[in-house]
Amino acid sequence: MNRIDSLFSRLKNDQRRALMPFVTAGDPDLATTALLISELIQRGADLIEVGIPYSDPIADGPVIAASYHRALERGVKVAHIFQTLRTLRAEGSKELNATPLVSMVSYSIIHRLGVERYLNEAATAGLDGLIVPDLPVEESESLMNKATMRGLKLIQLITPTTPRDRAVEIARLTTGFLYYVSVAGITGERKSLPADLVDNVAWLRTQTDLPICIGFGIGSPEQVKELAPVADGLIVGSALVRRLAEAVNRPRVEVIKEIGQFIGELAGALRDAPTS
Amino acid sequence: MSGSISIEMRDRTLMPTTSDAETAKDSPGAAIPMRALHQVPDHLGRFGAFGGRFVPETLMDALNQLLEEYEKAKVDPDFQNKLNDYLKHYVGRPSPLYLAERLSGFAGGAEIYLKREDLNHTGAHKINNAIGQVMLARRMGKTRVIAETGAGQHGVATATACALFGLECTVYMGEEDIRRQKLNVFNMRTMGATVVPVTTGSKTLRDATNEAMRDWMGSSRETHYTIGSVVGPHPFPMIVRDFQSVIGRETRQQFLERLDRLPDMVVACVGGGSNAAGIFYPFIEDAEVELVGAEAGGRGMKAGDHASSLTQGKPGVLHGSFSYVLQNDDGQTQDVHSISAGLDYPGVGPEHSYWKDKGRVRYENITDTEALDAYHTTARREGILPALESSHALAQSFKEAGRLGPGKALVVCLSGRGDKDAYEVARLRGEPI
Repeated sequence: MNRIDSLFSRLKNDQRRALMPFVTAGDPDLATTALLISELIQRGADLIEVGIPYSDPIADGPVIAASYHRALERGVKVAHIFQTLRTLRAEGSKELNATPLVSMVSYSIIHRLGVERYLNEAATAGLDGLIVPDLPVEESESLMNKATMRGLKLIQLITPTTPRDRAVEIARLTTGFLYYVSVAGITGERKSLPADLVDNVAWLRTQTDLPICIGFGIGSPEQVKELAPVADGLIVGSALVRRLAEAVNRPRVEVIKEIGQFIGELAGALRDAPTS
Repeated sequence: MSGSISIEMRDRTLMPTTSDAETAKDSPGAAIPMRALHQVPDHLGRFGAFGGRFVPETLMDALNQLLEEYEKAKVDPDFQNKLNDYLKHYVGRPSPLYLAERLSGFAGGAEIYLKREDLNHTGAHKINNAIGQVMLARRMGKTRVIAETGAGQHGVATATACALFGLECTVYMGEEDIRRQKLNVFNMRTMGATVVPVTTGSKTLRDATNEAMRDWMGSSRETHYTIGSVVGPHPFPMIVRDFQSVIGRETRQQFLERLDRLPDMVVACVGGGSNAAGIFYPFIEDAEVELVGAEAGGRGMKAGDHASSLTQGKPGVLHGSFSYVLQNDDGQTQDVHSISAGLDYPGVGPEHSYWKDKGRVRYENITDTEALDAYHTTARREGILPALESSHALAQSFKEAGRLGPGKALVVCLSGRGDKDAYEVARLRGEPI
């Protein structure tokens, strides 16, 4: 069984929700990325989104875009990232091996490497699915079929600008879980989230049996508590990447521990939050 | 939403084939292939294998809204009349077709005609599209317009159209281009636009496009993104081509009226490719008219030294569209270089990729030095200061005129005037103004 499916069926039994941190692969280097992933899982992360650096990420705000550029400047390539993940899977704890890894990757990269090659290497590296933020459902049928053949999930996004009939169609064309984008805009922390977010996700819940995970703009325990009742999972990206970037001149071990602590707090808030 | 064809499947159709135009010439009754070459894109925005929409879901609704509104405007006589009125009385169309006798003499061969888009209001072809799109923005009830700009000509055109129609305007421009194109920045601000310097990446057109798209991700409800070239996700390549096609339609008519025949060749520079698409498109079915695009050859053909996406790149995805692109083998966009800020772009419009693979348009490249020489030659021999972008087309035309020989006629799209480039040319000559 795909690790994503196992995770959400396990969480459903336990009436828990997933905490899903995002890390940029190779920022500041792949050794740090590997350590960080292990730490996050130890601290209660249920799924890790691995950002594959891309030179022109249109959906990303300044924090993640800058982390991509830092990683690329240091010469990180997709092959190195997959190698790191392969090693992590081979040498990691039992817990780590049960944790799903999902790549966030531009279609520009997938197309250049070749769809089949990308999917084969991703599967071999121990990835369980992919999010392709610049590939709307109109263009994704073939990728979906090929991913499914290899046991990989193709996670699609629904946003506040998606009309409801289209949202239903997207849900039909998604595997693994649905990524609900909290705000119309780019990635990055927000002080407040849209007033109708909870209602919109609650509506989507009536339209699909897939797990619904909310991302974009989430970075505090308060937000985690607010959204927990309607979501099956919460994604935290820029808040984590920012902490890593700000601490670039401090000892690596110390910084990773601090970020682990931050994720631990969010995991705690998520555990304690009321269910719907 | 169903029945989308995969890129891999579509890639197979990219094998060199007999162009539809040739097929049609061989069999006069074959009306269907004859039509096919200009009847693009399809409903998913595909020009053969190219085009499409590779954008975040957040933008899909805005793109659908734009497509719907454009289809209505296209068949709305009021919209078309109003647009034509502005083109005539505000822009100054039709732009002249001018026989450049001293340039023809210099090149030694075919007669060189210039389609004088440099004489448009704001000094370039960009205004044709900017007015059309800002009128669309108004129809959609949008109150704000954003744009990216390289050389600043599209930024100026958009700022102009926004002043004309009373809309708020924000223009994204790379820091390096702001340095190269100070005059345009000043003029945009004078007309009330906010110019936002882009400091990421290479600080040029590509980065300005990223920032404009990011703005639109969060603002599409009240904001229209006026893309300045035939690039980006569907329906932009089609809309910009259609608005720019007034260049080719006029050129065609002017040739028929003056010479009672079509030109033997049309030459235009290609960055994103909007002036080229505009002048080529109305000639696409005229198999006897040779079409030549000149890309930026920069300092040479080493990666990073040029911006020749069609002649040096490979099909890939950039800025929402599948087209020829300059990428490394990991899918990362390559740095590009051109003396001309307007051609300094690692991608190209998907319809150009389609024309290239169909064999309908021949694409060449012109180095910085050749373009600069053409700039000076045109200044000295005709009293016309061409934009550095257009100077690439002029340089190409000098080569082609000799090849075509006497008795033939070619037309160059003189897409913009060179005032904006005076500072950069002076700097390169070592005599700063």
